[in-house]
Amino acid sequence: MSTEVKVPVLGESITEATLGQWLKKPGEAVAADEPIASLETDKVAIEVPSPVAGVMGAYVVEEGATVNVGAVIASIEAGSGTPAAAPAPAVAAAAPQPVTTAPAPAPVAAPAENSDLPLSPAVRRLVLELGIDPSKIKGTGKDGRLTKEDVVAAAKGTPAAAPAPAATVAAPAVAGRQEERVRMTRLRQTVAKRLKSAQETAALLTTFNDCDMSEVIAAREKYKELFEKKHGVKLGFMSFFTKAVALAVHDIPAVNAQIDGDEIVYHNYLDVSVAVSAPNGLVVPVVRNADKLSFADIEKTIGDFGARAKAGTLTMEDMAGGTFTISNGGVFGGLMSTPIINPPQSAVLGLHRIEDRPVVRNGEIVIRPMMYLALSYDHRLIDGREAVTALKTIKEAIEDPTRLLIDL
Amino acid sequence: MAEQDYDLIVIGAGPGGYVAAIRAAQLGLKTACVESRETLGGTCLNVGCIPSKAMLHASEMYHEAHSGALAKFGIDFKSVGLNLDQMQAEKTKAVGELTGGIEFLFKKNKVDWLKGHAAFTSANSIDVVGKSYTAKNIVIATGSSVTPLPGVEIDQKVIVDSTGALALPKVPKHMVVIGGGVIGLELGSVWLRLGAEVTVVEYLDQILPGMDGEVRKESAKIFKKQGFNIRTGTKVTGATVKGGKATLTVEPAAGGASETIEADCVLVAIGRKPNTDGLALDKAGLTVNNRGQIDIGHDFQTNVPGIYAVGDVVPGPMLAHKAEDEGLAAADFIAGGTGIVNHDVIPGVVYTYPEIASVGLTEEQAKERGEVKVGKFAMMANSRAKTNRDTDGFVKVVADAKTDRVLGVHIIASIAGSMIAEAAVAMEFGATSEDIAYTCHAHPTHAEALKEAAMAVTGKPIHM
Repeated sequence: MSTEVKVPVLGESITEATLGQWLKKPGEAVAADEPIASLETDKVAIEVPSPVAGVMGAYVVEEGATVNVGAVIASIEAGSGTPAAAPAPAVAAAAPQPVTTAPAPAPVAAPAENSDLPLSPAVRRLVLELGIDPSKIKGTGKDGRLTKEDVVAAAKGTPAAAPAPAATVAAPAVAGRQEERVRMTRLRQTVAKRLKSAQETAALLTTFNDCDMSEVIAAREKYKELFEKKHGVKLGFMSFFTKAVALAVHDIPAVNAQIDGDEIVYHNYLDVSVAVSAPNGLVVPVVRNADKLSFADIEKTIGDFGARAKAGTLTMEDMAGGTFTISNGGVFGGLMSTPIINPPQSAVLGLHRIEDRPVVRNGEIVIRPMMYLALSYDHRLIDGREAVTALKTIKEAIEDPTRLLIDL
Repeated sequence: MAEQDYDLIVIGAGPGGYVAAIRAAQLGLKTACVESRETLGGTCLNVGCIPSKAMLHASEMYHEAHSGALAKFGIDFKSVGLNLDQMQAEKTKAVGELTGGIEFLFKKNKVDWLKGHAAFTSANSIDVVGKSYTAKNIVIATGSSVTPLPGVEIDQKVIVDSTGALALPKVPKHMVVIGGGVIGLELGSVWLRLGAEVTVVEYLDQILPGMDGEVRKESAKIFKKQGFNIRTGTKVTGATVKGGKATLTVEPAAGGASETIEADCVLVAIGRKPNTDGLALDKAGLTVNNRGQIDIGHDFQTNVPGIYAVGDVVPGPMLAHKAEDEGLAAADFIAGGTGIVNHDVIPGVVYTYPEIASVGLTEEQAKERGEVKVGKFAMMANSRAKTNRDTDGFVKVVADAKTDRVLGVHIIASIAGSMIAEAAVAMEFGATSEDIAYTCHAHPTHAEALKEAAMAVTGKPIHM
C-alpha cells in the first residue's frame, strides 16, 4: 500500500514552489511527519513532512522542478526499510524503554544541583538584570545548563525552547503522566509566524463596543424560510456584518487600507477575509468584492468556504489577498477578545457570543440580545477616532439594518 | 537642581577610565575624562604593560640571536650588536601609536578630555586646573603608583622604579631588583637578556607571591637556569648612592647578619599603591580603607551615591584587564543597565620567558575549600613545544574532586599568556575538566597541553 505525498496547502499566498532538495532517498525509512523534501517558495523554504510512517517510495518530480500546491511529489510505501541515519526525535520519545536491569542512568539535571549550576557570563548578567532566580528555570543546555535563550524565554513567561531528546525520554517515568510531542504542522508554523510578525510590526490595539442584535435577529426570523427557499442558503449573521463593514470602510477608508513601505494603499473594493475553522487549524478564505455582493451571494460564498475547508479543498487562490478580516469567535462562545490583524491588512472585526443582557432603553431596564464587538487595528495607519467611528458605524447598522439600505 | 555639565566624568584615562568613558559615551551619556598626562592610556600604555612588552619582545629577539640559541636551527650570525637607542625608539613609537589610538577613540565617541588633575569640590563637582565641572556621576579610575621602600630613595638614575627601568640609557653591569614579583621579574628579564647581571632580592621565601606553589618553585628553577641570581628570604634595609653606584644593605628576613651588595642599578618593584592623593576625597564625603583603597559595592558605587570607582584604586588584583572590565561594568550600571565582572576568573600573566599564566584558584587555595583533583602535563611532552625547542614548563588543571568543575589553571609555557584565555572561557562557562578534555584541540599546538592536563584530572594523558 502506498500513500501519496502532496505539496501542502499553506495559509499564505503561495501557489507554487520549487522542489529544492530531497531529504530522503527511495528505500529509506521515514517516520510520520518527518521531512522528506524541502520546497523553496518566493517567501520561505519549507519542508514537506511525510503523512505516514513507512518507506520512501519513488520520486515523482526531480529536484529543481516547479510544483503546484496539491501536486503529488512522491509516495510512501508501507514497511520499515533501512534505518534512517538519524532517527527522528518523535520516535525516540514515543518508545521509552522500561528500565529493568542495570543501574538507572544519572538523572538529567537534578533540580537540587540547580543552585550550584554553572552559569555562563551572559546568563549570569541577564539573571541579574532581570532579577530572575536561575534555579527556577529549567536549563536546556549541556548537562541541563541554562542558556541565554532559556533565561530570555523564562522572562517572557514562555517555556524554554526544545529540550534535548534525552529529557523527553526521561519524562514519562511517573505512571500516567506523559508528554506528547507532535511536530507543528506547516500551517500551524505559518500561522504562528504571521501572527507574531503582525504583533511585532503593527502598533496593535483594540477598540470595543456592544451592539443590540434584536433587529437583525427579528429580520432573520422573519425571512429565514423565504430566504432559504429562494437562494438555497441560510440567512446568517455574517452577511449583515459584512455589509455593515462595507458601510464603515466606505466612510473610513483607512480601515480598509494597508501600509506598503512608506506608502498607504487605499482600496476602492472590499475583500473580506473570513476566518473559518478547518480540521488543521484556522484558514482565512476571502469574500471578494463583498461591498458589491448581495446578502445571498455573501452567505453562499461563506457556506461554500466552510464546506471546502472541511474537505480540505480550499485553494491558495481562495485565501490570497483580503483587505479586512472578520473573525467570529462567538460561534465558540467567546465573550470578548482582541483579535490580531492579518497582515498586511490593518484592521480586524471580532464578533462574539450573543447573550441576553439587561440594558437601559428609554429609562427602563430591558432584556436585549447583546453582542460585544471588537475592532483591532494598526494604529500606525488608523487613528483612534477613525477606528471608534468605524466600529460605531457597524454597531449602528446592525442595530438598525435599514441603514444598510439607505447607506447611512 | 541645575543642569550638570556632564552625565559622567571619569577621573583617569588608564585602562579602567578610558574604557568606562568610551562605553558610557556609546551608551548615550555626555562624558568627559580627566587626565593629567600628556597622552592617554595611563600607566599601562605609557609606562607599564605596553612599553614593558615592547622591551621584553625586543630583548628576547636580541638574546636569541646574540646567545647563539638560534645556531641549532641553522641560523648563524657573524655578529650581533645591540642598538639600545633604536630599541627604545621602537618602543616609544609603539606607545605613541597606541596612546594616539585612544585619543582618536575619544574624538570618535565624543568624549571630552579635560587635561589636568582632578580634585573633588563636592559629591558632584570637581576642579580641573582652576575650572569647575559638575556631573551626575563620577568614576574614580586614578590607578596606582609604585610603593616606595623606606631607606631606598628612587632617583630614577641609579635607583629606579619600573618607569625608570624601562628607559635606562645603557645596559647596567649589575642590576639588583628588589621584589620578586611580576614587574621585577619582567624588567629583570629585559636587562638580563641585554647583558646585565641581575640579582632578585625577595623578602618572602619564594618568588611570585600569590601564585600556585608548584608554579613558584618551577619558575624559580627556570629563572636560575637563565642566569638570574635569586635571593629569597632577604630584606633590603638601606641603600647609599655614590659615584653612580649603589650599595644595598641586606639581611636575612628572619634576622641575622647584614651584608652589602654593590649595583650600578637598583629597581624597586615591591608593589603598587592606590592613587588618591590630591583628589580631595573628603570634599565628596569619601574615605579610603586601611589599604588606601576606595571600597565599593557590587555595582562599583562607593558609599556616596553617584560616585563610582574601578581598577587599581579599588580592592582586587592590580591588572589592566580587571580595570577594563570594571570600567565597562560601571558604565553599564551608570547608564541604567547591569554590568558584570567575575572576580573569580581573572587571568594573570607574567610575560617572562617562558610566560607564566594562571586563572582561578591555586592548588593550595582550592585544597582549603575541599577535595581537589589535579591534572598536570609537561610541555616537554607536547609535540609543538618539543619541535620549537621551548619545552620549559607545564600545564596544571585543578578541579573539584566531586563535581569535576575546573577551579584553577596554571601554565608555564612559551605562550602561556595566550593559552590561558581558553581556560578562562571554560571556567566562565563552569566547565569540568572533562569538558576541556573532550574539546578538540588543533594539532600540533601548545594548547594541546591544556587538553592533556585536563585528561590527566580524571584519567590519563596520552602523551605522558
